Amino acid sequence: MLVLEDVHTHYGKIEALHGVSVEVNKGEIVSLIGANGAGKTTLLMTVCGNPQATSGRVVLNGRDITRDPTSTIMRSGIAIVPEGRRIFSGLTVEENLHMGGFFNTKAEIRKSQEHVYELFPRLKERESQRAGTMSGGEQQMLAIGRALMSKPNMIILDEPSLGLAPLVIKQIFEIIGQLREEGITVFLVEQNAHQALNLADRGYVLETGKIRLHDTGKNLLENPDVQNAYLGG
Amino acid sequence: MAAKNFGHAFFCAFITLIISYPIIGFNLEAQGIDVTLTGADTTTIVLVLLAALVVFLFQLFRDQIMGALKRVPMPSSDANKEPMAENKRAKIESWILTGIVVFALFWPFFVSRGSVDLATLVLIYIMLALGLNVVVGLAGLLDLGYVAFYAVGAYTFALLSQYLGISFWLALPIGALLAALFGLVLGFPVLRLRGDYLAIVTLGFGEIIRILLNNWTTLTGGPNGIGGIPDPTLFGMEFGRRIKEEGNTSFHETFGIAYSGEHKVIFLYLISLVLAVFTALVIRRFMRMPVGRAWEALREDEIASRSLGLSRTAVKLSAFTIGAFFAGFAGTVFASKQGFISPESFVFLESAIILAIVVLGGMGSQIGVVLAAIAVTILPELAREFSEYRMLIFGAAMVLMMVWRPQGLMPMRRIHIELEKQE
Repeated sequence: MLVLEDVHTHYGKIEALHGVSVEVNKGEIVSLIGANGAGKTTLLMTVCGNPQATSGRVVLNGRDITRDPTSTIMRSGIAIVPEGRRIFSGLTVEENLHMGGFFNTKAEIRKSQEHVYELFPRLKERESQRAGTMSGGEQQMLAIGRALMSKPNMIILDEPSLGLAPLVIKQIFEIIGQLREEGITVFLVEQNAHQALNLADRGYVLETGKIRLHDTGKNLLENPDVQNAYLGG
Repeated sequence: MAAKNFGHAFFCAFITLIISYPIIGFNLEAQGIDVTLTGADTTTIVLVLLAALVVFLFQLFRDQIMGALKRVPMPSSDANKEPMAENKRAKIESWILTGIVVFALFWPFFVSRGSVDLATLVLIYIMLALGLNVVVGLAGLLDLGYVAFYAVGAYTFALLSQYLGISFWLALPIGALLAALFGLVLGFPVLRLRGDYLAIVTLGFGEIIRILLNNWTTLTGGPNGIGGIPDPTLFGMEFGRRIKEEGNTSFHETFGIAYSGEHKVIFLYLISLVLAVFTALVIRRFMRMPVGRAWEALREDEIASRSLGLSRTAVKLSAFTIGAFFAGFAGTVFASKQGFISPESFVFLESAIILAIVVLGGMGSQIGVVLAAIAVTILPELAREFSEYRMLIFGAAMVLMMVWRPQGLMPMRRIHIELEKQE
């Protein structure tokens, strides 16, 4: 579904990704783990076309999107939950969700909105509350809900567990598992390696701009190198 | 309470003394070819001492005074009250607004020519502020060179009428469209900029336009400006005593009424009123459309907006273009009202005043912006009796306003768009 072939990405003259190849198949949860500064977010941003890859190819559903502008990519059935949630704090919960379905018809928006409220009953309670006044966990739910509003067949999550309490993290990961049941492909980027690999069908380990390991989630969890570096031994 | 402020208050009073005494107290007087320094007379010294005392007392009891100020009831503290039902309030609001517009239609026939003239100016500022409100209030793009688009509108009409003899009604859309084009052109290079950087570039743009108009003497007449800009006509009827252009009739002869200079003033006022209402309605329409929500989303969070597939280019350019369009509108009306324009009218101060109107009114709020436009235009006129102190009063009013209501006169209530419920 999403394929990155030997992708190099530069920030100015500095190369941040040194030829990364990643494949995410339909219906899978794929986790990408790595330390700070390994290039995880850069990889995601390259998929979104900001910055664009300097060489290599990004293919989504068989279409080369390497040179497409961000706005086009984000309208082709892919949704991203950006790092740090980035909800519209001045708008209400409902309005945030509506922004997520910006390019859909009103009927579609209504349907996806109900669906999001089923997934996150908490958001329904807070429907007309200003999004910025909610707790971190609720904001993360809103960010995921907003991404789902465009009815994507693939969702990319950038550090959804960032700054959240363990209990809330558990909830969020349960929801991510639920998304797979619904047939949504999930590409998960996490520092929280244990949870991310536990949930994932397959996983990639990114180290200083290169893919170091690639295996099933379970194998990676048992891999001594991964255990040492990311799971605290 | 007061004791802990004593040192600070004493310091402030001392500063007041050493600053104001040399400035006000010393005079340089020319005696023949020599210049001598003379001290102040007793009254000035007393006044300076009094000022220092006022500063001292204010600083000493600052906490109490500011506390008392905070308790002064707000002019409209509806933020705390239970809001009325959305549709009920909308209905009441639309009735009140219609009432005001109808009143404004008949009002000029009962007041002096000077008031109508001032009201026309107010309406021009309303158009400008509503336009800038799109750029600054809704899209959150700080534009300090907005007056450039105003100038483009005004000069388009002036030049077209001078060189091609084009009338007001034809120049109105041309001026607005040309200003919109300039908005688009300015929009491209500043797409990537935000905040302070954007402000500096737009400031530069405003100055470029003004300096260009000032120095391109062969075309624009430079600092001498362009005069003899025709007045608008009503279906080919002119409002002057004598007909200037072949084929036109004159208003007072057609209707068989005595000539009066007021007709023209009132007519201009009515045109401005119609255009201002048109501006408000069109922008209100935009605010309800997806593009309006996109402006707000981009203002709130650019990265999030882009992650939802909004095109930054399209959203920003549309805000710049639409804002500039209405500035062009206002410029054309302004040129016609003045009959003479020069680069003097389009200095940075104008941009600053329009921006002040938007901020005072409450960013994004249309009613607030209209109220602020009225206040900011009329206040200096009312304070004219205080002659040289009027800008001081104006400044003080602004400062007080920002202390009391930093969110503006009428903070923006975002229009709630309901999805019609299907049962």
